Amino acid sequence: MIRGFWAIYLREMMILRRRLLRQIPSWAVSPTLFLIAFGYAMGRDMTVDRHTYMEFLVPGLAAMSSMTQAFAISSEINIARFYWHIFEKFQAAPISSTAYVLGEVLAGMTRALLAVLVILILGFAFGVNLSYNFFFWAAILLNSFIFASLAVGLAMLVKSHSDQAMLNSFIITPMGFLGGTFFPLAMLPDWAQNLLYYLPLTHAAKAARASAFGSTPQLTSYIILLAIGAIFFIMSIKCVKMAKD
Amino acid sequence: MIEIENLTKKYKNLTALDNISLTIKSGELFAYLGPNGAGKTTTIRILTGLTKLTSGCARLNGFDIVHDELSAKRQYGLVPQSINLDRELSVYENLYIHGRLYHMSTKPLKKKIQELLNYVELSERRNTLVKKLSGGMKRRVMIACALVHSPVILFLDEPTVGLDPGMRRKVWALIKNIQQAGALIFLTTHYIEEAEFLAQRVAFIDEGKIVTVDTPENLIKQQGEWAIDRIVDGMMETVYFDSREDADNYNSCMDERFTFRKVNLEDSFLALTGKKVK
Repeated sequence: MIRGFWAIYLREMMILRRRLLRQIPSWAVSPTLFLIAFGYAMGRDMTVDRHTYMEFLVPGLAAMSSMTQAFAISSEINIARFYWHIFEKFQAAPISSTAYVLGEVLAGMTRALLAVLVILILGFAFGVNLSYNFFFWAAILLNSFIFASLAVGLAMLVKSHSDQAMLNSFIITPMGFLGGTFFPLAMLPDWAQNLLYYLPLTHAAKAARASAFGSTPQLTSYIILLAIGAIFFIMSIKCVKMAKD
Repeated sequence: MIEIENLTKKYKNLTALDNISLTIKSGELFAYLGPNGAGKTTTIRILTGLTKLTSGCARLNGFDIVHDELSAKRQYGLVPQSINLDRELSVYENLYIHGRLYHMSTKPLKKKIQELLNYVELSERRNTLVKKLSGGMKRRVMIACALVHSPVILFLDEPTVGLDPGMRRKVWALIKNIQQAGALIFLTTHYIEEAEFLAQRVAFIDEGKIVTVDTPENLIKQQGEWAIDRIVDGMMETVYFDSREDADNYNSCMDERFTFRKVNLEDSFLALTGKKVK
């Protein structure tokens, strides 16, 4: 059922390897700006739950970056689909939709993990040294699994590359700002907190931050992340099947 | 072997393929000739699993394209009309990924890639990025990709479109060699000379329907052997002759300018459909 997923993953990794020297600086630009503007300048004298704002910000940025970079696989899929007709090569090959989705999702997760590593190195350069333990990476992995799965599904539904930019504006940007990356959600009114509770990034940021601060994260966050990821993964398989004329 | 029975494809208000039936034997070089929009690419897209059929059925080497999709897909290689190579990867990497998509293990795959690169005369370009290749070289890489897993059927959708005449002939020679090695080749084209030069049998397709299927020789013979084109009242008129002598006699009575030539598949297509292929 998943035979052939390795070819899909390998292709994305070969392309990533060719671009890596350009890609790493591009992964570093936004987090550096956030760390300078919010962490170093605005939040210099601020503390959140007995931690400096910079310490609060880094795990949140890691969670946000795992979302944006995992979701960025959708642009790659769209370019391969609409401009280079490479998606048709996969459709014509004897591989199942599950294998295709798995290969692309793993590629999205790999990109996300590399981008998070860049942020942690940047954080270290800004003097932030936290505990990046198993629970931290588990939250990051699950978050990237969710958004890579969502990316593959949505890439099958959009009709052009310009629709893709719209998805970023409507889904990724609001979630990035409202998912607990930059401020504690407890600062918002109850109704907003209740609403934002359903965003996966809220749970990923919460779990990653708790782990990084050396606390035990809530198991429910991981269960919610896993459940959302599984739903998106299955939906993506359906979307790939529907992508035929 | 390709078996197509009553294949139909409908899009909302358009019937792209209308009840098509065909049988193509193993090792045959079969050309599918028709003007743009006739249904050639739709047929290939359905047979290769890129487009869903509306009704009918088809089998590739005995495997049903709907009910035994993955097994059917292992039977063929596809060279589509548009270049579908990874521009940022090298020739070798493109072939390697293609082989892995067909579940080939590394050792036999590497050997096969080397053989194919020699075959399509691109050994020296194995590490060149695809974006740096000419159009003709890209076509040859695509043909090599389609052959990596040693398919018994090869679908070629307008394989020489956009190539200069020299490169076109090079690709023709390659196609002939592949067929002589035993593969069934299903070729769509709107180049008359391509179908005439390569095909053992030709199907004319127009507006989603098969008009006729026969050998190029028989199709041409139905019109005669020689043709004279001339302009009469601003319209092109073509007269056909069974022998050169008859054509010469006809010529001797004419004052106006004319073109004297051998009959080709275009004449046959025109006679059967009232349209030109191009």
